Amino acid sequence: MAYEEKQAWALGVIAVVGYAVYVVLVLSRMDGQPLADVPYIGAMLWTIGIGIVAGIVAGISFGIASRNDGLQADERDHEIGRFGDHIGQSFVVIGGVSAMVLAMFEAAHFWIANVLYLCFVLSAVLGSVAKIVAYRRGMQ
Amino acid sequence: MKPTRVTNSIRALRFAHGEMKQADLASAIGVTRQTLIAIEQGRYSPSLEVAFRIARVFKVSLEEVFQYPEEETT
Repeated sequence: MAYEEKQAWALGVIAVVGYAVYVVLVLSRMDGQPLADVPYIGAMLWTIGIGIVAGIVAGISFGIASRNDGLQADERDHEIGRFGDHIGQSFVVIGGVSAMVLAMFEAAHFWIANVLYLCFVLSAVLGSVAKIVAYRRGMQ
Repeated sequence: MKPTRVTNSIRALRFAHGEMKQADLASAIGVTRQTLIAIEQGRYSPSLEVAFRIARVFKVSLEEVFQYPEEETT
């Protein structure tokens, strides 16, 4: 498996696991109060921070594991990377527009922050899936 | 995303050139072994530059390495 394909797997899995942990943490703090009143900032920042660190650690580990393989990325990896980023970017736009609409209707900060976080996660997952499919099934 | 319609004879050419290893050819043309495998299996259509490098390694013309089916006419 190519170094960049391993990275795509790692980033997709980290995004899903990180978000799942965040959702469990927030829901476990509900305690009968409305969801928008649940403290979420700490859990969100920690899961995002740990996700970024995990992504860096995974990249370094894959790099060390394949240090004797010579070239680690070439034109195909760059093309697939651009393709995946392009696909994932759609959710960043959807997140931005959703947050803007929520702000216009003066929704609670909880919902604005969470729609942005959810769309970042979906962007990362969709981008990773697109890259993995391109690696597995090929691209023209 | 469709795989490429371009076919190739890289595998046959490697065997005709002293059973050249995929890793050696990949290194000679400046791509990863995974990319060379994808090219051989028709899952990736390389850039013209890489295509020329492959042909140059085997000292053959581009069309001896890559083939493209004729368009069907009605």
